[in-house]
Amino acid sequence: MTTKLGYALLGAVALSATAAGAAEQITFVSQGGAYQQAQTVAILDPSAKKLGITINQDSIPDAWPAIKTQVGSGKPIWDVVDTPTGNCLRGGEQGLIEKLDFSKIPNGAAMPEVYRSPYSVSYEFYSSVLSYSQKTFPKDAPNSWADFWDVKKFPGRRALRNHPFATLEAALMADGVAPDKLYPLDVDRAFRKLEEIKPHITVWWTSGAQSAQLLNDGEVDMEMAWNGRVSAVAKEGAKVAFTYNQGILQSTSLCILKGAPNLDTAVKFLNEAVDPVHQANLPLHIDYGPGNPKAFETGVIKPERAAQLPSEPANASKQALMSYAWWSSPAGEAAEKRWASFMQK
Amino acid sequence: MLALVSPALLVILALIVLPVGWLAWQSIYHDGFTLENYRRVFTEDIYWRSFALTFEISLAVTVIALLLGYPVAYLANALPKGWSILILSLVVLPFWTSVLVRAYAWLALLQRTGVINQFLRYLDVISEPLALVHNTFGTVVATVHILLPFMVLPLYASMQKIPGDLMQAGASLGASPSLTFFRVFLPLSLPGVLAGCTMVFVLCLGFYITPELLGGGRTVMVSMLVSRNVELYNQFGAASAVAVVLLASVLAIFVAVSRFISLDRVLGQK
Repeated sequence: MTTKLGYALLGAVALSATAAGAAEQITFVSQGGAYQQAQTVAILDPSAKKLGITINQDSIPDAWPAIKTQVGSGKPIWDVVDTPTGNCLRGGEQGLIEKLDFSKIPNGAAMPEVYRSPYSVSYEFYSSVLSYSQKTFPKDAPNSWADFWDVKKFPGRRALRNHPFATLEAALMADGVAPDKLYPLDVDRAFRKLEEIKPHITVWWTSGAQSAQLLNDGEVDMEMAWNGRVSAVAKEGAKVAFTYNQGILQSTSLCILKGAPNLDTAVKFLNEAVDPVHQANLPLHIDYGPGNPKAFETGVIKPERAAQLPSEPANASKQALMSYAWWSSPAGEAAEKRWASFMQK
Repeated sequence: MLALVSPALLVILALIVLPVGWLAWQSIYHDGFTLENYRRVFTEDIYWRSFALTFEISLAVTVIALLLGYPVAYLANALPKGWSILILSLVVLPFWTSVLVRAYAWLALLQRTGVINQFLRYLDVISEPLALVHNTFGTVVATVHILLPFMVLPLYASMQKIPGDLMQAGASLGASPSLTFFRVFLPLSLPGVLAGCTMVFVLCLGFYITPELLGGGRTVMVSMLVSRNVELYNQFGAASAVAVVLLASVLAIFVAVSRFISLDRVLGQK
């Protein structure tokens, strides 16, 4: 029985291999782990089947140096990369990323303009949210960055990310700037506000795992963290929660390497990958929101599930959408450099 | 003779000299000759702060490791063979655990809800948890733990070479045990002290994971600046300039030390 099944499988593999030999293929790169597995089930396998192409996968935690060296060498191996949107933008400006022809990407063209750039389309969303221990705050939990900054009303230990992304935005919101009026960021004002809270920050975390550990062990009472990390800790049974109010909505995007070996197929895949139905399948496998907001209209995501996702329209309306265009501008880069001296003072 | 060492020389050339040379070259050449990367290192505050902090931490770690390691090495040297093997294996044992695991283990011990704070609160010694980690203190503690074997082993090696009769001779001439120790044993073990201190100090200068995990974000050591600069400036030169300056300081230390003691001895050859 098992042998027969084995032969059948072998045959299937051999068949698909011959088919693949003739058919088109691309190399797709994401960040690995549970995240890439979720995509494989929700987006990559269905897209490959529908387009009749082979998708070779690779993964790397930080694609940026590899994009630089591959394109720099003149012979890139990768075609499509899923990477933080900022990389697509600065890559586009530095001639490392292909400019997209949206007439060939109808699914992308139908997305709101803030969800795409000349070089990229949003692929998935996550959010930097205010999370807290329900043990410390059983009721009247902090609900805004102004609350996070209010050490009298909400005593307790705090952590922020050791990075200016989202942290400067939070500081400005704490200082009264509306979530939709943040950009261009008033960098001086943001750092002034951060100086205020600095003595009360126990840890400046550097990795998502670290932020989860801090919350899980009760090492801090409130912190900025990525929504998926907080919900994972909560699922493990820790008494923690978060609010999407004033969260900073961030995304990774798909973009194509300049001179990609399979450019035409890559464009076809890019369109397919942001198809609303494939996109709607992603949050069924992992705590990230679809990059294409039309996914919420497909009926695939149940309302209870949608309410948990960062890019669900009602949740999104409470948050600030990070401007990667601003962060990759000279002013944004200067703010990033200023961060180090802020930390060391 | 040359034929015999040439494979080794080739490996060193290919794996050490060329990459380090390439790195150094990148720091002064990017679309033309430039000293911009060095100007930044020598003029911007953050680099001075990081280098100062790194040397301070390395010095503290070295002194603490010496104070902790010397008695251990002394005991291992003085006790019969079986005991000394046991002591030395306990010293070397942590070597087989990853640095990452040890950093997390210290977190479990030192953090607010960690073992030490819980215990002290249980004893009512403290009412508020002590800030033992996410700062320089936690970084130093964990680094000492990781580097202790590099102190104990050279010390033990140099103590092994001190003839036992010298101590007996001292005693027979009427010197007290403490006098023999300070006048005879300690001076003879100094090469080991210098060797151990150099190893620990130099290794500590390049520490990355431990301050990253236990420093709470404020303890920015030089290696962390190297990694930050790769991200921030999108070119290797900005980072390699920092690495070159650190390498130069390490070499300077070696040169200084080698005036007092032959390098062979530091590296445990003689």
